[in-house]
Amino acid sequence: MAVHVANEKRRDTPAAGPLDPARLRADFPILAATVRGNPLVYLDNAATTQKPRAVIDAIARYYTEYNANVHRGVHYLSQIATQAYDEARRKAAAFLGATVDCEVIFTRGATESINLVAHSYGRQRVLPGDEILITGMEHHSNIVPWQILCKETGATLRVVPVDDDGNLVMEEFDRLLNEHTRLVAVTHVSNALGTVNPIRDIAARAHAVGAAVLVDGAQSAPHMPVNVRELGCDFFVCSGHKMYGPTGIGLLYGRAELLDAMPPYQSGGDMILSVTFEKTIYGRLPSKFEAGTPHIEGAVGLAAALDYLNAVGLGAIAAYERSLLRYAESALRVVPGLRLMGAPRKRAGVIAFTMDAAHPHDISQVLDEAGVAIRAGHHCAQPVMQRFGVPASARASFALYNTREDVDALVQALHEVNRIFA
Amino acid sequence: MSEARALYEQIILEHNKSPRNFGPLDPYDRKMEGFNPLCGDHFTIYVRLKGDVVDAVSFSGAGCAISKSSASLMTTILKGKTIAEAKALFERFHRMITSDPDAPVDEAALGKLRVFSGVREFPIRIKCATLAWHALNAALEGKDEPVSTE
Repeated sequence: MAVHVANEKRRDTPAAGPLDPARLRADFPILAATVRGNPLVYLDNAATTQKPRAVIDAIARYYTEYNANVHRGVHYLSQIATQAYDEARRKAAAFLGATVDCEVIFTRGATESINLVAHSYGRQRVLPGDEILITGMEHHSNIVPWQILCKETGATLRVVPVDDDGNLVMEEFDRLLNEHTRLVAVTHVSNALGTVNPIRDIAARAHAVGAAVLVDGAQSAPHMPVNVRELGCDFFVCSGHKMYGPTGIGLLYGRAELLDAMPPYQSGGDMILSVTFEKTIYGRLPSKFEAGTPHIEGAVGLAAALDYLNAVGLGAIAAYERSLLRYAESALRVVPGLRLMGAPRKRAGVIAFTMDAAHPHDISQVLDEAGVAIRAGHHCAQPVMQRFGVPASARASFALYNTREDVDALVQALHEVNRIFA
Repeated sequence: MSEARALYEQIILEHNKSPRNFGPLDPYDRKMEGFNPLCGDHFTIYVRLKGDVVDAVSFSGAGCAISKSSASLMTTILKGKTIAEAKALFERFHRMITSDPDAPVDEAALGKLRVFSGVREFPIRIKCATLAWHALNAALEGKDEPVSTE
């Protein structure tokens, strides 16, 4: 049996060049689905993206051709599986611009990545009197772990406010940043507003006072070129399922020097060098942070997703989605009684709105009838809702396979909302 | 008629636009908050009792059309009912709304509440329709912890 996993050329991998959504759509089997008799218009990509055939096939191939446990078997299949798993890490490291592969840890997702840093780095480094600085536009996953850490360590949580347009108030960031700031945790792109934050600037200012910087890249990694060294961050987290890969797998990038000094997060098999009842010697990076049999299927699927993203080109994706976003912004403005939430200087992937006539849940219900999938609610960002004085919002979020026709279908369905409720 | 149009019956739309008994009762005997943490719906139910009989019910707060109209309609049909009758009505309503979409609706027993039978097609909205009722039920039982649909 010949199994070639690494560097396999996929015939359905698109060629690099300008983005052709019609052609890309054919790569996603689910986009041919109908919902309640209408073609699916999927605009809930900030929640999770659909999966291209290449990802689905890669996972199926793992189970049909080389399923085995990794890093322990001498037998053939285990070697192939190990090779695929390590190759996935290599691809992820290259995708994020890490210096060495072992700076990338596989986790269950962005949430677990943040928890890993809060537990391991946080409990080791954060002392009473220290401060953790987050922002008013963080997802709950980048708030709660820091609240818990502060409670346990006696540190204080500080929050950079958000202005009426949905931008961070950078003067306040400067004011809040000080020599007690141990860590700045900030989202690259807001999942509730779409705001793209000036990470390079934030990281430079944070480092100037000796604070480490964690960037939540769950909403940026699928939509724009990301290079952790150019961003200047110490930690970067993202989720596979928001970047066309499977659920249950995510990435933590950490600077090797920091990860090296951090204690393990979870413990058990796979993360040790040797165990006796007197003493355990932990494994080196990255295995120190990957206790237990890893999510091999997830890593393999994520690697296929990264191949896909690279083949389309993150620059082309960013440019295409930017033009689609502009089209959507002006198309939504013609809907009577519709209010866009925020007008950030730089926006990516996400448009949130409310309507005078209907609650977001009712909007989403009527849209669903037309086959249009959006998200309604607080988007796990309740502080953002409070900031804008709404209990909930409706959110359309875009991916590389969305088209202007999708936006038109959204707008048409929003008119129906007005017809029912106005 | 589309399913969404069927869900949003005229009575529901009308109560959503012009909710009845909206605002705190003064005075009241029982007060209970109800949350739907997933969507942020949040109502407070106020109850005034005359002995064992519901004298008045009102509500305040915000939510979607289903939750708001359900709260509004609820406040209009409880006056004069005993606590036991009100709780029995909640049970009938709850049984209907969690029943199979094709099951017959006992219109005589439910009265106006039958307009929510369309919710059965959309299980995720059941919590919206029952939020105010859960809060009312807790208020009638004299509980003091806010109720949550989660």
